[in-house]
Amino acid sequence: MTVVLKSAAFRAEREGSWRELERILAAAQRHGIRSLLPQELSRLPVLYRAALSSLSVARATSLDKNLLEYLESLSSRAYLAVYAAHRHPLEALADFFARRFPRAVRAHWPHLALAFALLLGGLWAGFALTRADPDRFYAFVNPFLSQGRGPASTTASLREVLYAREDAARMLKSFAMFLFTNNARVGITAFALGFVGGLPSALLLFGTGLMMGAFGALYASRGLSVEFWAWVLPHGVTELSAVALCGAAGMALGQALLFPGREERRAGLSRRGREAAVVVLGAVALFFLAGLVEGIFRQLVHAVPVRYAVAGVSSLLLGAYLFGAGRAGGRT
Amino acid sequence: MSPSLAAEPAGRAHEVVTPEGVPLRLEVAAAGDRVGALLLDLLFIALLTAGLLLPLVALAMVSVVGVDLVLAAAVLAVFLVRTFYFVWFELAWQGQTPGKRRLGIRAVDAQGGPLSAEAILARNLTRELELFLPMIALFAPGAAFPGAPGWLALLSLGWMLAFGFLPLFNRDRLRVGDLVAGTVVIRAPAAVLLEDLSIRARAAHEFTEAQLDVYGVFELQVLEGVLRGAGQPGHDEAVRTVAEKIREKLGVEGAAGDDQAFLEAFYAALRGRLEKRLLFGRRRRSKHDRL
Repeated sequence: MTVVLKSAAFRAEREGSWRELERILAAAQRHGIRSLLPQELSRLPVLYRAALSSLSVARATSLDKNLLEYLESLSSRAYLAVYAAHRHPLEALADFFARRFPRAVRAHWPHLALAFALLLGGLWAGFALTRADPDRFYAFVNPFLSQGRGPASTTASLREVLYAREDAARMLKSFAMFLFTNNARVGITAFALGFVGGLPSALLLFGTGLMMGAFGALYASRGLSVEFWAWVLPHGVTELSAVALCGAAGMALGQALLFPGREERRAGLSRRGREAAVVVLGAVALFFLAGLVEGIFRQLVHAVPVRYAVAGVSSLLLGAYLFGAGRAGGRT
Repeated sequence: MSPSLAAEPAGRAHEVVTPEGVPLRLEVAAAGDRVGALLLDLLFIALLTAGLLLPLVALAMVSVVGVDLVLAAAVLAVFLVRTFYFVWFELAWQGQTPGKRRLGIRAVDAQGGPLSAEAILARNLTRELELFLPMIALFAPGAAFPGAPGWLALLSLGWMLAFGFLPLFNRDRLRVGDLVAGTVVIRAPAAVLLEDLSIRARAAHEFTEAQLDVYGVFELQVLEGVLRGAGQPGHDEAVRTVAEKIREKLGVEGAAGDDQAFLEAFYAALRGRLEKRLLFGRRRRSKHDRL
């Protein structure tokens, strides 16, 4: 006589459904989950739950090591297939700009307010300090960015930069892309620096403000304020907002790390990190727009009123988008 | 596949609880596999960039389009590939990139939920800090910080090392991006269902309860490993040695050519005994456990 163990009988009874699940998973792995037939797709979650239940039963009743390992692995594979992100990247992108990004920005309003305060504080400090002593300009402005401008420059040469034509007309598009990638990289870094406490992100914001303020003071000292801000603001509205967003994301990360509150630190960090990453991706898109305006529009349009009009309209649009978009509809 | 004799899984386990409430043990990917996957991906990024740039250069050479447009496209392409290569593939391939796929590893949510797009973004946007920025600072300090002194390059090397080696200092091999996103990189599970050994047993051997109480689960599963090793070098010898040892312990005599059948019968009987006890809530882990 042959005694069939309970666990062997259990396996004989369930093995068919495991094999079916295995087959569907193999197909999904080879050709993507989208290639599955409708009936296979509808079987997948059923079979997944059956495998999980088999695993629970086997853990309690079977001592066949190979069977336990197999069920563990099968359940894990099915779990990963069932609970993976199944959206096409492009589809996710559309949803991102329509809802997720503006929502994430609004969720970060305290950090964003602090970021703008740091930017404006830096601006004010840079302006006031450079007004008091023009030589401080060199302390605040990276020589790489000043393009030779400084308190020693003549008013005419300073003015010329605001309406630069020289080689710009030929290299507009590459200049725009260079500005964009550079800014985006700095922005992403500002976010990532949140992991070391967020202080570098805050410093970056303040430093950007200082530099702007120093430039403002330099131009103000030559009576070119109106034209200078007409030069800065058309792209500056978008670009500085993006800088502020990245800085805010970095500070949110730093906050989660340093002041986790009631939440467990690691859980808080990953929750904040995910939200902040959404803000940063949106900011990268804003940098792209700002790069286009800075690299192309600014070089082609020199009329001061038009420049101010563009700055005004873009700040209105940006504000309306970030404040209003994605409010309708349920939470995702 | 060769069944291991060890009772514990080889790698570090990361346990997730599925939304259905069942805990699953996932094996954390080895550091070497992570590095291998990263190097492969960096290679693919380089190839992809070259593949995008070469046609652009060719276009500029034959001056079909202006230098400006080509340069703009090149700058944009390099940036997009570098920044979004990982994000794109992890979104499209459920936590895998080409490098990860080749090495058989994947990123999953550490808590057991679905791997969200936000998590993928967060875990990859920090690469700028962890990898690319220090690399630039190391190889071209002038580009990152004009006029930077040598000690700054050294500092960034230390930075890269500190963040690069972070995975070695925690149990789940988490890098900065994993911490920020709440993800963990695991070995993609793969196991094969082999035949149930208990149904092979013939009734030629009978065992008393006292004989079956000699061993526990650990010994049973070691025996399973031995029996599943058929076809491997040294299998016959292992079977003979183990059979002798068990016979000695049980105090039974055995025929010479009978070892395999004896072990199979003993395996089935022992498993039956231990599983019956399991149903009553008593798991005897090894022979050292009390009855």
